[in-house]
Parts: sequence; C-alpha cells; structure tokens
Amino acid sequence: MWTYERSLQYPVNISKPDAQSAKIIITQFGGPDGELAASQRYLSQRYSMPFKQVAGLLTDIGTEEMAHMEIVCAIVHQLTKNLSLEEIKASGLDTYFVDHTLGLWPQAASGTPFSATVLQSKGDAITDLVEDMAAEQKARTTYDNLLRFIDNPEVRDPLKFLRAREIVHFQRFGEGLRIVQDHLNSKNFYAINPEFDLRKPRCGS
Amino acid sequence: MARASREELMRNYQVMCFYLDDITLYLQTHPTDQAALRSYEKFKQLKMEAAKEYTDAYGPLHSDNVYVTDRWTWADMPWPWERQE
Repeated sequence: MWTYERSLQYPVNISKPDAQSAKIIITQFGGPDGELAASQRYLSQRYSMPFKQVAGLLTDIGTEEMAHMEIVCAIVHQLTKNLSLEEIKASGLDTYFVDHTLGLWPQAASGTPFSATVLQSKGDAITDLVEDMAAEQKARTTYDNLLRFIDNPEVRDPLKFLRAREIVHFQRFGEGLRIVQDHLNSKNFYAINPEFDLRKPRCGS
Repeated sequence: MARASREELMRNYQVMCFYLDDITLYLQTHPTDQAALRSYEKFKQLKMEAAKEYTDAYGPLHSDNVYVTDRWTWADMPWPWERQE
C-alpha cells in the first residue's frame, strides 16, 4: 500500500504564470516518456520479478516516479492558475482549456491522451530492465528539450532536479540488470526467461 | 530566537527525505556498503527530527499524525502543490 505524505519531493514555487511553458511541461505528466508512464511501468513489472533486490528497486523507483508526477503537476498547476482568457488564447492553450479548463489531465505536449501503449511489462527480467534504462534516458532527453525553451529559474530549478533523478535511476537500473545477469548463465543470458522458466514446480505435478 | 518559517522547516524536512530516498536506492544495489549504511542511520534520525520539528510548528505531514481537537483539521493547511504565498 501507499500513504500520502504532505510534502513535495522537491519544492515548487512559481510566481509568474506562463501558458506556453505549461503546454509543453504537461508532457512529463501524461506523455510517452512522462512520469505517469514511468510509475506504471515499474510498478507493473515488479510483481513477476523473481529477484527480490530488483523487485525492491522497481518498487522504490516506481514510488519515486509518483512523487515526480506530483512535482510536474504542481509546476503546470502553478503556471496556469492565474492565467487570463487573453493569455490562454494567445498561447494556444485554449484547445486544452475547452476540454479541461485549468484541471490537470494526463496528455502529451501534442495533445495525445495518456496511453499504456507507451510502456511495456514484458514478464522477462532482462527485457524489462533494458526497457527501464531506455525509459530513463528518454525522460532525460525530454527534460533537456524542455530546458531549451524555458528561461524562468523558478521553473528550471525543479525540472533540473527531475532531470538529475533520471540519470540516477538509469544508473540503478543498470546495476539491477547486472544483479539479474549474476543469477544467470554468463555463457548465454538469453537461454531462459528467469521470470517464467525458473518457476518452482507445483505440488503434485 | 525567531521561530523558523514554514518554508524553512519544510525545506529542511525535504532535504532529509531526499538524502534518505537517494541512499535507500543506492543500498538496494550496494547492500554491504558500510559508509552508506551509516549514512542511512544518520539521515533516518535527522528525518525523524525534521518531521517532528515541522509537525510541532505547522501541523502533520501524515494523516495518522493529526492532533485531534473538536474538529478534523487535516485539510486546513495548504496542500503541497499550492504556491507558498
């Protein structure tokens, strides 16, 4: 289970609304490499992960991604809270506004709704961990791209924190992959799928 | 001594939480690193102290830590996603 903690993992205090920035940052909420996808990817993969240490890693990182989703949503919320109708129209945020007003809804910067098709839970430890490492790099590139457009230090600061966490998670997943490989035959890591082929036989069978 | 502001105490709590989050992840893949294990013990203590300091001054961080009067106060304080005015 989870419990709610009444604090952000990293503070967000934005004094100036900015519809243009909000329009692109929302992609890290519901976009293909966003924090919602990240949390569901790792938290879905962990159930069939046979190596306890790596299942723990998926749980902890998946949980941290939910905290990151909250940071991204706090940024978008604070950037949009006091916008005027003129600012909404001029920025092009009107197409979002008509459907959601200033509520938070998971979508990509392009307007594409969040979809589980952006993530995979393959039931194979090596496959999933390689997917996870790629996911961290894709999220890091997205933060790099957001930072190219955003000048306000109040917005850049939490985005830079989130970007740094992608790199740490990439490192930890790499170590998780090494731990999995340490359990396998080094002559052929792909001889079996440790999530399926190493299951204990059922009693009586 | 002036009372620490909500922002200062929250910031202190967030810093301690972050140290602990980061060291916890590291320990998942380095379970025998003695220096990291000592850091974990140290920051666990500091996080507990920071949580108590914040809670005593500005209210609970968890809903199982609400000080009960004659009404339910958990929703009285600002939510973390709101800008601190």
